[in-house]
Amino acid sequence: MATDDGFKRTYPEIDDWTDSRELLANARKQAEERQLDDVFIVDIDSHISDGGNWPEIMDYVEDPVIREAASAFGDGSKRGAFLNGTNGLQWQNVWGRIPHGQGLKEAVEESELSRETILARRCMDQMGLDYQVMFPNAMLFLGMHPVPEMEVHLATAYNRWLVERVLPEDQRIKAMMYLPFNNPVEAEATVKRFLGKPGVAGFLITSSRHKPVHANEYMRLYGMLEESGQVLGFHTHLNWQNEYTSQLNRFISMHAISFVLCNLVHLTNWIINGLPERFPKLKVMWIESGVAWLPFIMQRLDHEYMMRTSEAPLLKKLPSEYMRDMFYTTQPLERTNETLLAASMEAMSAETQMLFASDWPHWDFDLPATIWDLPFLDEKAKRNILGYNAARIFDLEIPEKYRALAAE
Amino acid sequence: MSELFVAKVDDLADRERRIVVEGALEIGVFRLGDEFFAWESNCPHAGGPVCQGRIMNRVNEVLDDEKRAHGYEFVEADVHIICPWHGYEFNIRTGVHPGDAETRLRGFPVTIRDGAVYVTV
Repeated sequence: MATDDGFKRTYPEIDDWTDSRELLANARKQAEERQLDDVFIVDIDSHISDGGNWPEIMDYVEDPVIREAASAFGDGSKRGAFLNGTNGLQWQNVWGRIPHGQGLKEAVEESELSRETILARRCMDQMGLDYQVMFPNAMLFLGMHPVPEMEVHLATAYNRWLVERVLPEDQRIKAMMYLPFNNPVEAEATVKRFLGKPGVAGFLITSSRHKPVHANEYMRLYGMLEESGQVLGFHTHLNWQNEYTSQLNRFISMHAISFVLCNLVHLTNWIINGLPERFPKLKVMWIESGVAWLPFIMQRLDHEYMMRTSEAPLLKKLPSEYMRDMFYTTQPLERTNETLLAASMEAMSAETQMLFASDWPHWDFDLPATIWDLPFLDEKAKRNILGYNAARIFDLEIPEKYRALAAE
Repeated sequence: MSELFVAKVDDLADRERRIVVEGALEIGVFRLGDEFFAWESNCPHAGGPVCQGRIMNRVNEVLDDEKRAHGYEFVEADVHIICPWHGYEFNIRTGVHPGDAETRLRGFPVTIRDGAVYVTV
């Protein structure tokens, strides 16, 4: 079987260097079997290329001293310069069992295009995606960087690299700009600088950090985002150094809890401190915590709020009602118990509030078929989750071929 | 039903596999010692190319008489094929997931004839 660009499968044992067109050949097969090429699909969260682009990104650091210092890392290659990644990330591939879990190492053709764009196109074509929002692994740790100002240097370089180098290469690729949230003034400056740039789909806080989101110093930032109609995303991540998670001796345990814990904390602070009342039009999205945590915290907060309303005086309705006004990405969709999953998605008004995310190429990625094959959703709900909710929230242009269907 | 040629017996080493393709159907044929097994390369979890994954032995956790844990060990008798998409493991002899007997691969009969391996689809 050959793809449109002439790639021919050879069915090898899949390893770290396997071409993602080979690795995702079954995704293309799924798309064709289900006619998903006739379905508008937006992938809200992907992490195409990690370390490979870092030396190039370092050239976008604006501080001349830090830019020069990057050359001192990676035997002069700048690879990994200044990053504070934890070893947890290196365990994602289940000790070699899921090769792409360690990042895509495949070869790409000589091209004017960035490696990022080439790999994104391979994924989009195989999965049948119309848009893909990308975000790098390396940045997910930055909120915990021991050198606070480094978050600003690296985030600005990364945002610039995306806006100036990658996003102009393919209109299907979008990005949410990294907010250096540990420095509220710089976070505001990031919004001012990148708002409205082509391909910028919103702004993003990495959730692995110890900063209370309700602190007064962030109110101006939220106001700016609300006024400009931008999406504010919270992208979760692991934290194996936390006092509780450090007791977990297996990656499976830490990942299952850690990827939810940080968003549980931030979402709870967000609601109980009345931020949805203060910024009622701000579009808030919770990314990569899956779905199973949502009914838990809905019930828990509602239960306690009814007894302790005096501690949350800004609220005018139940916490769960505010939760249903916010947005959630679906991945990793916990679907071993279909009854629980159906109840969770119904509780969250999934038809209007949930958005498909692949998280490709991480070890627990989902495919469009993951949503399309859910037996308890009707076709309209599936189409909304796969694409139309994203189009509405991010104001994405829907390609002509889908418009007739969207108007129905 | 049709019979597909897989390989000459001598060309398939122990713990090796071949992928044979018939239209949209992809089948992994595995050799373990003198035995051969054939499974559809379509993971029941998410449809991944399971038969193109790594072949590794099942992992066990070692407990002593007082049920104290002493780390991991490989179980030589249980050889697994591991789906490269998400890590689902299946016993190559039975096609069954080690943690859930309901999660299993779709199998096909294998025939050895005149020094060659065939799979019937």
